[in-house]
Amino acid sequence: MRSTTGADRTAITAVAVLTAAFALFFLLPFAGLVERAWEDGRTFEIWRTQQARDALFLSLWTSTLSVGLAIAFGTPVAYLLARYRFPGRAVIDAIVDLPIVLPPTVAGVALLTAFGRRGLIGEPIDNWTGFTFGFRTIAVVMAQLLVAAPFYVRAAKAGFEGVDAQLERVAYTLGASRMRAFVRVVVPQAWPSLLAGVILAWSRAMGELGATLIFAGNLEGKTQTMPLAIIEAFEGSSLGLAGAIALSLALLIVALALLVVFRLIAGRAASGV
Amino acid sequence: MRSLHLVVRAGFVVTVFVAFFAASCGGDKAEAPVDDPSVLRGDITVYAASSLTAAFKELGATFEAANPEVTVAFSFGASSTLATQINEGAPADVFASADDVQMDVVVKNGNVAKPETFASNTPVLVIPRGNGPVQSFADLAKPGVRLVLAAPEVPIGNYARQILANASIQGAVSLDFAARALGNLRSNEPNVRAALAKVQTGEADAAIVYATDVSTAAKDVDTIDIPPQYNVEASYPIAATTATKNGPIANAFVEFVLSPVGQSILQKYGFGPPTP
Repeated sequence: MRSTTGADRTAITAVAVLTAAFALFFLLPFAGLVERAWEDGRTFEIWRTQQARDALFLSLWTSTLSVGLAIAFGTPVAYLLARYRFPGRAVIDAIVDLPIVLPPTVAGVALLTAFGRRGLIGEPIDNWTGFTFGFRTIAVVMAQLLVAAPFYVRAAKAGFEGVDAQLERVAYTLGASRMRAFVRVVVPQAWPSLLAGVILAWSRAMGELGATLIFAGNLEGKTQTMPLAIIEAFEGSSLGLAGAIALSLALLIVALALLVVFRLIAGRAASGV
Repeated sequence: MRSLHLVVRAGFVVTVFVAFFAASCGGDKAEAPVDDPSVLRGDITVYAASSLTAAFKELGATFEAANPEVTVAFSFGASSTLATQINEGAPADVFASADDVQMDVVVKNGNVAKPETFASNTPVLVIPRGNGPVQSFADLAKPGVRLVLAAPEVPIGNYARQILANASIQGAVSLDFAARALGNLRSNEPNVRAALAKVQTGEADAAIVYATDVSTAAKDVDTIDIPPQYNVEASYPIAATTATKNGPIANAFVEFVLSPVGQSILQKYGFGPPTP
């Protein structure tokens, strides 16, 4: 090993300082949240309010459903994009990516122009069946699916691309069906990427605000997810600023718990237990 | 030992960094000497209710034209949002609220001293253009109507609920009018413009907004007057904040809004004179 030069030391110092500053920047907001919640002392009381429980419950189940739909529809798409070359592949690839770079408010307006009461297909559906999407919980799920699913598809596609196609062929020659080869060979190999995609999509769905507000509206128990309840509390609803802080803290804890659970699953998968 | 050495070095670099940053910030404050103290010089930020957007942009431009050394920036939002932000230390020099409730929120925290009423506005009912289910004020209680209001803490949302309550007394529309209308409520929108947009896009059958808001959406919506016996008058207070670093400019802007020139601009946008 060569000796450390002065230039090296400067570089190491720079990296250490930047890392420390960055870590501080990430930690301080959480510290502020905890400190204010502690100081206020009403956090548990606010967590027990009907509005807070409704919002958390709605956020949890809509985001779970959105991620479930993302897995159901996104996995075949990701596999297709990773394994096959076909006409229109580049277009599909780009369309799947689009919501990642799109601000959620744009996604909300776009959903409105498609599924709204005067929308591209929203209007005919309303005319034929009288069904409208707006102000319903299904609109919340649609908004989450649109903004969150691409994160899963992206990660899953990268995961599938990393699986040696030779392994699949070996599985076929050993008599495995395509489905069985996918489940027993491809999925375990791509597992870390799939899991990362699920975490990304889930967190994105849980945090969805702009598209939901525009497309689904904001009503307690129906369309008011945690981020909407936080915004409304911040704007001075009966929960007030203390409510915004308490709800933010609740969402932070849920997010951390999800992250830990997924890390544990990923760790177990990696160690083959 | 080496890691300790690194920590010490890192601490030193941070200290230098912070010192440099502090020095550069301090440098900003030492501006060019002011030769004539009677000339207003500097920047102010005006926090104003969403419904004031168009009128205040013109007020700002006119004020800047009269005071070439002054820049007026705006932050528009629901008065309730702005009140929270000001109480949390947002750098507002002037606060113009759409109701006294939200101004009082700021007054109670000592962030504003003496608000003055500068304008009034009339809540109206808006419906999508065409033959929707709502054709009169009383229709708001019809089953299945998609009603959208601003959230209760937003001034227009508060006024709207007062109006519904006024129509629910003996001899008014009906005793359960407000309860049935609020049963039709589909969304609590974050501000008046968002509520209007839900009607403009046809998602909602009706919303209660300010008369002054309708002009921006006139081709998509129809207006229905709220019966005057139930309606309330929206009252707009304005004040310089106590935390302002540009007191003279902030006060001058408030005076300008209250002046005949300012009042004529507000009236051009449909606002009424302040009601005592």
